[in-house]
Amino acid sequence: MTHVVIRPLGMASFRLHRRSLWVGLLLLVSIILLAVLLLQTGTMALSVSEIWTSLIAPGSHPAADRIIIRIRLPRLLTAVLVGGSLGVSGTIFQSLSRNPLGSPDVIGFTTGAATGAIVQIILFNAGPLQTSLAAIVSGMVTAGLVFVLARKSGTTGSYRLILAGLGLGAVLSGVNTVLLVMGNLDRTASAQLWLAGSLTGRSWSHVLPALIGFAVLLPAVVWHARALEVMETGDDMARQLGISTESRRLGAILTAVALAALATAAAGPIAFIALAAPQLARRLTKAPNLPIITAALTGALLLLAADYLGQHLPFDINMPIGLTTGLLGGIYLLWIVVRR
Amino acid sequence: MTRVQGFTASATEKPLSVVRQARALWLFASIALLCAVAALSILVGSRSLTGSAIGAALFAFDPRNDSHLVIWNLRIPRLVIAVLAGAALGASGAVMQAITRNPLAEPGLLGVNAGAAAAVILGVALGGISSIQHYVWLAFLGAGLAGIAVFGLAAQGGRGPDPLRLILAGAALSIILASLTGIVLLNAPSSVLDAFRNWAAGSVDGRDLQVGAILAVSVTCGVLICATIASNLNAVALGDEVGRALGVDLRRTLMLACLAVMLLAGSATAAAGPIGFVGLMAPHLARSIAGPDQRWVLSFSAVLAALLLLVADIIGRVIVAPSEVAAGIVTALIGGPFFLFLVRRTRIGRS
Repeated sequence: MTHVVIRPLGMASFRLHRRSLWVGLLLLVSIILLAVLLLQTGTMALSVSEIWTSLIAPGSHPAADRIIIRIRLPRLLTAVLVGGSLGVSGTIFQSLSRNPLGSPDVIGFTTGAATGAIVQIILFNAGPLQTSLAAIVSGMVTAGLVFVLARKSGTTGSYRLILAGLGLGAVLSGVNTVLLVMGNLDRTASAQLWLAGSLTGRSWSHVLPALIGFAVLLPAVVWHARALEVMETGDDMARQLGISTESRRLGAILTAVALAALATAAAGPIAFIALAAPQLARRLTKAPNLPIITAALTGALLLLAADYLGQHLPFDINMPIGLTTGLLGGIYLLWIVVRR
Repeated sequence: MTRVQGFTASATEKPLSVVRQARALWLFASIALLCAVAALSILVGSRSLTGSAIGAALFAFDPRNDSHLVIWNLRIPRLVIAVLAGAALGASGAVMQAITRNPLAEPGLLGVNAGAAAAVILGVALGGISSIQHYVWLAFLGAGLAGIAVFGLAAQGGRGPDPLRLILAGAALSIILASLTGIVLLNAPSSVLDAFRNWAAGSVDGRDLQVGAILAVSVTCGVLICATIASNLNAVALGDEVGRALGVDLRRTLMLACLAVMLLAGSATAAAGPIGFVGLMAPHLARSIAGPDQRWVLSFSAVLAALLLLVADIIGRVIVAPSEVAAGIVTALIGGPFFLFLVRRTRIGRS
């Protein structure tokens, strides 16, 4: 039997893929283990019991409390939320574009966000808050523009969406290159730093918006999932089964872009999770349906692992989280691809 | 019902011979346009030249004449490299999209761009290399190694590489190399960043004819391989099962295609830097003119990509003269809107 049926209240029932359940549990356990390791790590090493007292009953050890509550916990939660959001966002885009290379970049979000940030940094020498605000706004505007450009006689279609995303993405990456090449060298360097993504100095003001957004958007995604699965077999088929494909596509794009925007706001553009997490989740669970929850867990795990690795490097190498993620996720994906 | 519709639709279509003639005419027209633009590219630049000066420089070279030197040392190498690199990117993009059956595929997917970039940044940061001529060799080495690695990794285990594994292995290796590049970039002094950002914009300026000659050899080999597999690519486009049923050796086709992409895209990236968009866009344009036949798609894609890169190079020279905008940037800035226009206005966006 490949599925388990759960009836929590006797009325509603969930049919779950058995292997997905085990994979999900395994991922969750790994996330918790890595989280404990990450809370221990830092200039001041803390034991598990010290962390536990700080979390449950703070007060006895003010220094440890401050480090855990103010520094390490927000950083940890940011990483989990960013990884989860990107994993889910990538799953939606790969399903919508019916393409294993799908990611928020398909609709131009990532390139657009980079344009906003680079303009702020290179032309206006802006601070971190304005930079991430500009990134989100320009990313969303780009995504909207791609959607509008891909629309023709009332329909979008996944192929035209991809092409419009490619075209606009190319224009914006041209703009990005112009700014990076012509701009002041120091500002180019700081733009490069922003483009690499970062988890340093994250506070609760980063965590709370991401947490609220994720909690609101995840149910919406789960609600869209069934329709998306059917739409993968073709718009005609989905319409015959009574799915209003256009409004569902718009809804799914909106939620996926919002998730990517949340992640970008919290940690900058972090490469590759949106691309790798869904692929890894699919290969781990071997389930036929959209691996939304597993992709979220895989994304979170990837980001935590990257953070742990980044904090344990020899020679004081400066290695921002986005680059570590690329390195780690890339090697893992390569291993998964090669092994089979 | 659908059968009847299909029948009436095909009855109104033009006879095949007319379609073929129209295609040949279009190809001929594109090549003629390419020649005209090539002549223009010798004339235009920060120093304007006349047509008679070109004739004199070509047939009666005078080493003391400034404009002859400009033509032979600057304009002609540039022209040769733009045309060859453009054609190479166009052809390799078409091959890549055909074998992966993926409209998002580009020549860089085999890891050649990321490999070239990683090799250049390592050479600059660790080896202190600072001349464009040396970058070319480094980039060629990096692109080749990365391409071989992706193909080798995707081919692991029994049944040979299938397109999805090729894509994923390429994307994975590209991101690993790009991350390495980024890490070196962030930890190196800012002079390295300065050198790298200029290379990474993609330009055909400042290369000599020796680079052009190497590019020519490599592109010729690549194009010959493309010619041998072009008809097999038609079968591949129908899917693995149908392709096999039609008697095509898929494994051999895929291997040769990868070799061709490595030669073409690798040498183009080495000579002109990472110019991605040409290889992505040209096959789509080519398909909208030539239809689904891969032999025609390949030819059109190569010619159109060469045209695009050459036009971009001319515009980049003229637009902010006497300074220059790198051809890679102009390609994206002008090609992007053009592409969007086509997606909206023509049948290019019809799946």
